[in-house]
Amino acid sequence: MADLEQIRTRVTLTEHEVINTHSTDFPGNYAGYDDTWSLAKFEEKFRVNIVSLEGSELEFDMVGIDAAIANAFRRILLAEVPTMAIEKVFVHNNTSIIQDEVLAHRLGLIPIHADPRLFEYRQEGDDEGTAEDTLEFHLNVKCTRNPQAPKDSTDPDEIYKDHKVYTKHLKWVPLGNQAELYSEGDIKPVHDDILIAKLRPGQEMDLKLHCVKGIGRDHAKFSPVATASYRLLPEIVLTEEVKGERADRLVRCFSPGVMEVTEENGVKKARVVNSRLDTCSREIFRHPDLKDCVKLNKLRDHFIFSVESTGALAPDVLVCEATKVLMGKCRKFLSELDAAADTEQQNLR
Amino acid sequence: MAEQLESLASPLNTIQEKWKLLPAFLKVKGLVKQHIDSFNYFINVEIKKIMKANEKIVSDADPNFYLKYLNIYVGMPDVEEGFNITKPIAPHECRLRDMTYSAPITVDIEYTRGNQRVVRNNLPIGRMPIMLRSSNCVLTGKSPSELAKLKECPLDPGGYFLVKGVEKVILIQEQLSKNRMIVETDRKGLISCSVTSSTHERKTKTYVVQKNAKYFLKHNTFTEDIPIAIAFKAMGVESDQEIVQLIGTDARTMAAVAPSLEECHKAQVFTQKQALRFIGVKVRRSRWGGPKRTRVEEAREVLHSTILAHVPVVKFNFRLKCVYLALMVRRVVQAQAQDRVDDRDYYGNKRLELAGQLLALLFEDLFKKFNAELKKIADQTIPKPRAAQFDIVKHMRQDQITNGLVNAISTGNWTVKRFKMDRAGVTQVLSRLSFISALGMMTRISSQFEKTRKVSGPRSLQPSQWGMLCPSDTPEGEACGLVKNLALMTHITTDSEEQPIQRLAFNLGVEDVHLLSGEELNSQDSYLVMLNGNILGVICDHQHLIRSFRKMRRAGYINEFVSICPNHEHRCVNIASDAGRVCRPYIIVTNGRPMVTNRHIEELTKGYRAFEDFLREGLVEYLDVNEENDCNITLYEADITRDTTHLEIEPFTILGVCAGLIPYPHHNQSPRNTYQCAMGKQAMGAIGYNQHNRIDTLLYLLVFPQRPMVKTKTIELIDYEKLPAGQNATVAVMSYSGYDIEDALILNKSSVDRGFGRCLVYRKQNCTLKRYSNQTFDRVMGPMVDAATRKPIWRHEILDVDGICAPGERVQNKQVLVNKSMPKQTMNPVQTPGQQPEYQDVPITYKGPVDSYVETVLVSSNQEEAFLIKMLLRQTRRPEIGDKFSSRHGQKGVCGLIVNQEDMPFTDQGICPDIIMNPHGFPSRMTVGKLMELLAGKAGVLEGKFHYGTAFGGSKVKDVCEELVQHGFNYQGKDYLTSGITGEPLNAYIYTGPVYYQKLKHMVLDKIHARAKGPRAVLTRQPTEGRSRDGGLRLGEMERDCLIGYGASMLLLERLMISSDQFEVDVCGECGLLGYSGWCQYCKSSRNVSSLKMPYACKLLFQELQSMNIAPRLKLVKYNE
Repeated sequence: MADLEQIRTRVTLTEHEVINTHSTDFPGNYAGYDDTWSLAKFEEKFRVNIVSLEGSELEFDMVGIDAAIANAFRRILLAEVPTMAIEKVFVHNNTSIIQDEVLAHRLGLIPIHADPRLFEYRQEGDDEGTAEDTLEFHLNVKCTRNPQAPKDSTDPDEIYKDHKVYTKHLKWVPLGNQAELYSEGDIKPVHDDILIAKLRPGQEMDLKLHCVKGIGRDHAKFSPVATASYRLLPEIVLTEEVKGERADRLVRCFSPGVMEVTEENGVKKARVVNSRLDTCSREIFRHPDLKDCVKLNKLRDHFIFSVESTGALAPDVLVCEATKVLMGKCRKFLSELDAAADTEQQNLR
Repeated sequence: MAEQLESLASPLNTIQEKWKLLPAFLKVKGLVKQHIDSFNYFINVEIKKIMKANEKIVSDADPNFYLKYLNIYVGMPDVEEGFNITKPIAPHECRLRDMTYSAPITVDIEYTRGNQRVVRNNLPIGRMPIMLRSSNCVLTGKSPSELAKLKECPLDPGGYFLVKGVEKVILIQEQLSKNRMIVETDRKGLISCSVTSSTHERKTKTYVVQKNAKYFLKHNTFTEDIPIAIAFKAMGVESDQEIVQLIGTDARTMAAVAPSLEECHKAQVFTQKQALRFIGVKVRRSRWGGPKRTRVEEAREVLHSTILAHVPVVKFNFRLKCVYLALMVRRVVQAQAQDRVDDRDYYGNKRLELAGQLLALLFEDLFKKFNAELKKIADQTIPKPRAAQFDIVKHMRQDQITNGLVNAISTGNWTVKRFKMDRAGVTQVLSRLSFISALGMMTRISSQFEKTRKVSGPRSLQPSQWGMLCPSDTPEGEACGLVKNLALMTHITTDSEEQPIQRLAFNLGVEDVHLLSGEELNSQDSYLVMLNGNILGVICDHQHLIRSFRKMRRAGYINEFVSICPNHEHRCVNIASDAGRVCRPYIIVTNGRPMVTNRHIEELTKGYRAFEDFLREGLVEYLDVNEENDCNITLYEADITRDTTHLEIEPFTILGVCAGLIPYPHHNQSPRNTYQCAMGKQAMGAIGYNQHNRIDTLLYLLVFPQRPMVKTKTIELIDYEKLPAGQNATVAVMSYSGYDIEDALILNKSSVDRGFGRCLVYRKQNCTLKRYSNQTFDRVMGPMVDAATRKPIWRHEILDVDGICAPGERVQNKQVLVNKSMPKQTMNPVQTPGQQPEYQDVPITYKGPVDSYVETVLVSSNQEEAFLIKMLLRQTRRPEIGDKFSSRHGQKGVCGLIVNQEDMPFTDQGICPDIIMNPHGFPSRMTVGKLMELLAGKAGVLEGKFHYGTAFGGSKVKDVCEELVQHGFNYQGKDYLTSGITGEPLNAYIYTGPVYYQKLKHMVLDKIHARAKGPRAVLTRQPTEGRSRDGGLRLGEMERDCLIGYGASMLLLERLMISSDQFEVDVCGECGLLGYSGWCQYCKSSRNVSSLKMPYACKLLFQELQSMNIAPRLKLVKYNE
């Protein structure tokens, strides 16, 4: 019975393979289990626990949910939550050694701090853009020699001015009524120290940039996250007591803080402290005498999410946005189902 | 003795970092030192020798007339800007302006003008193309910043020529060494000894062959083989006893030679005179007249200057030549007795010809021709009565030598008449596909062996090539094993003076051959001493000679590249100072201890010491292949025994430049390394710091090249890290979808979005504006303006007001780049002077399915044309399905699918692979090195350092894996991955980590081709062939056979005729010939003419047959009858 429970709820890491990877708790799959889905049961089991939220990084636990749904969140975060990114670059002048296309590509990848929720998608074929769907930036840098530079200096930082083009050189130009809607600090690149290009005296760039709203599936630059992923909560089970020198070795097989050695009556004993910290390096399997003492599991329905925002939106907001996108998809699916049912009804009639 | 033994037994403290000698070596010599050294030797030394050998011109017409060259110089490269004004020129300007980077060759002469003796200095006689970074190049000795000002890349190795704006490399040519005896079996299984003698005058091959147990002298100038005894008699050795003594007096030799002596009696030849007469009859007479000579004189002349030409004969004293010939006979006898012949493929028997030597051959030929021309002019002009005095200087024309050199280098056709040399493909265009391809080309050796012959001997790896040639770097296919590459430390010698060596040898106890008789020469307790293939004398204590000789060399009294080694089988000591021997440096070991110690290396690191100091102090010396055989060389210090004479500097130097890039090559299956050597040359990356200033026909660059995570010592040495060609991709070795079979790769779309594998393709468009003989010239007009809109028409949209496309513009297919027009009349003068000539448009248009951008436009002039317009067009490409990628282990694959990031598997840390590679690539390829690269790369990423994968060394897998564990990763490098599609974990642990991937130049965009209807060939009216002509896709013989077999006759008809070249013809039923418009011209009637369809090619065939008086007649039958 314990075995069955294990198969249902745990993913097990063995020496050469991962077993029980698929969730099998479908209704009727196991005799004696009631796996029918009910809201009450779900509400009782499901919980979200925010572990840490620091700056642009968020770690939270999502427990009691199927892998498919958790994965949906991850996928939506990566590919379907919209952000603003530079899409059109109008090159008036670019005498730097960076080619126009490469420069445009580099500019596109700069994360822009602007709330995409306040903008519309730009219509296809529209090159001009409107205040509702476009943010305009200007990049106008010209490199000159520094007249105050010491004579014998060879350091480019000293002898040239503006020889490095940073994101801070991007200047936001409000379109239409944007100046009233947004303040100066709202719309800007997330980081102002991203190096875009290097110039030498006489070289200059004069560009007009259009930022539009888009999604990560279209291009990675629209992805709101640096990465969003999850891992399953590791669980380490000691199947027998490990004592003495073996305990020391056992503890060393895991990431720091996962296990500890306690001394009981002068006998060293290994104890699991916090299996969450384990990186699953499976070091234990290199010790033939220890590998049978431990079972490495992962909880199938406990997802440790980590979301790293690019900075346009806070990671917690992103997760909420992702939820909204998922809800939108569900709603659409339901309405499609309804529509299909309706047509079927009509056809029957 | 006991003490000595004890000191041997004590553990050696190893020399830490003795590899540091390598960068020191390369700093002195550079990577292409062999080319540059050779060229320097030519323009500074050899050219003067050539001048000395041809220094005097006299005329048959006037005995008082003479011209004598006093000196010859090669100047610094310059360019003529107008009349008599020159300015120094930098190579980059030559590249851009399609000019030749050459310097004037000037001479000092003394000659007679009338009755005066005149001395003139610095007269130009021609121009010499200058090798980049040679002693006369403006780039030598320049600092990187100075080079940058000249728009030159400091990492560029030089060693090539710039001819008409094209970078040309003179490939290293491999040949059998000259002036050396080689014993081999001919086709009939008979043993012969041959010598290819080469002097400044001529090149001939002499054989001693054995026929019916008798020996003969064989040479091309003889109509039949000369019995050897007669040859000896003709050279003045008349007594049979002396002949035998010269050849050898041991019983076996005497028995072997005896039958040959009988030959004299048979021919009744006893004296020198008789012998010469005998030979004289058999000499092939040259066709040109020349001075009339008797048979005897002719025979003597042939023996003097043609047979064994390299053996000096002073005043018809044939003594040395007799000794030499006797030695040849002796070698044959010896080879027969031992049943062992020389190995042609042994690398000690090979010489490498470099740019300097090849140019010297060519220059001497041209110089002789130049002198002959002057003589001819003198002969013709002097007898004529003239107003002005005859001044030969006025007749010295520069263009003959200039054009001769330039044409040879630019076409690669090396024709030297007096050597009967006619080689094609000596030079090649320097490949600038990647930095490595350029470097690889500079170290390439091409063999003279024909590629078509199916023999394995010259192609297979010879043990004597160890350390000299790269064992991995050779092309596949027909040139396999014939085209080779130098190893990292190989040096190729140049000529050095023989006289001092000769003098030294005599001082060391060598007895002069001239003073010895045959008996003494062949004595059992002495060794023969040979210098560059010539007999020098005899030595009793050869070991002493060799020992002291080497000591002198190590002390620096003689050139470090002179080699000496004994051949116990032949009982001789060979000293070599000739050019073209391959050699490499070794650490000298004496008394079981390497001479180089840690102290020396320390001093080297601190910069107190350079590589030359090691040579000068006798710590390190060069060994050539022959001398290597007399040495006992260990790879590692631990293996040093009492007999050890040398220690290898670093084992990885047996590999060349290309193979040096591979991490852990010693763990790969050997052909994989060979494949990578070929592929590294196709990888895109950075090609030089001046890459954006160059205008090349085709240039591939990577937008974001990266240094490899796993590097090798070689990578550091050749500055690959400064000009890399690839990117570190996170690879997951797993199966994904079905689009990864047969080595296909899966790419992550987000990685591609972020710039992985993005590349730039630059293409050049050229346009010259000519001036014609009738004073008309090409012109460029501004854009044509549409009358209605007042805007340029679409085709001229991108043109500037000057009629040339503007930089930064986007060019679409069929748009005009230069709006050039050409006068309709270019030959005859324009009729009316005031009238403007008529022009016709000949625009330069852009062709290509994808738009390009104009990067730069260059307007300049070259030497001939007034105007030269070069345009550089650029495309940026992101990887797409079908683009080719490769790791550094010969594992190429095309991109099979580009997958969104959310569908890619990810690790617990959220790492997503950039590339998914199918694991089936491993078992059959056995590229363990790639697996190790992945591990080392992964550990390096985690640790923040670069691991080494140097051949026969590098980071150990055990250490690397330990590092992985310390960072919480699995020991084996296998990670727990979650599927991006289902969200559930994958069943297997996946091997993940960074691997250096190269993007190869083969991209679908350049190969994509399909057509529905399109152009047809004019002659046959069939669809054209090939992508460039938008050709059709051929339904070939095999496909045709399939359709026939299947019985799809209507499809066959459609494919082969209706869709191709269907043509309606009128055929006369009466005569069966073709008619037209319902009329048969043969029958003069239209009664029986019927119309039918046939392929146009068929109709064409009939007509062509008719033109050859063959009448093809068609028999027509009504199908319903």
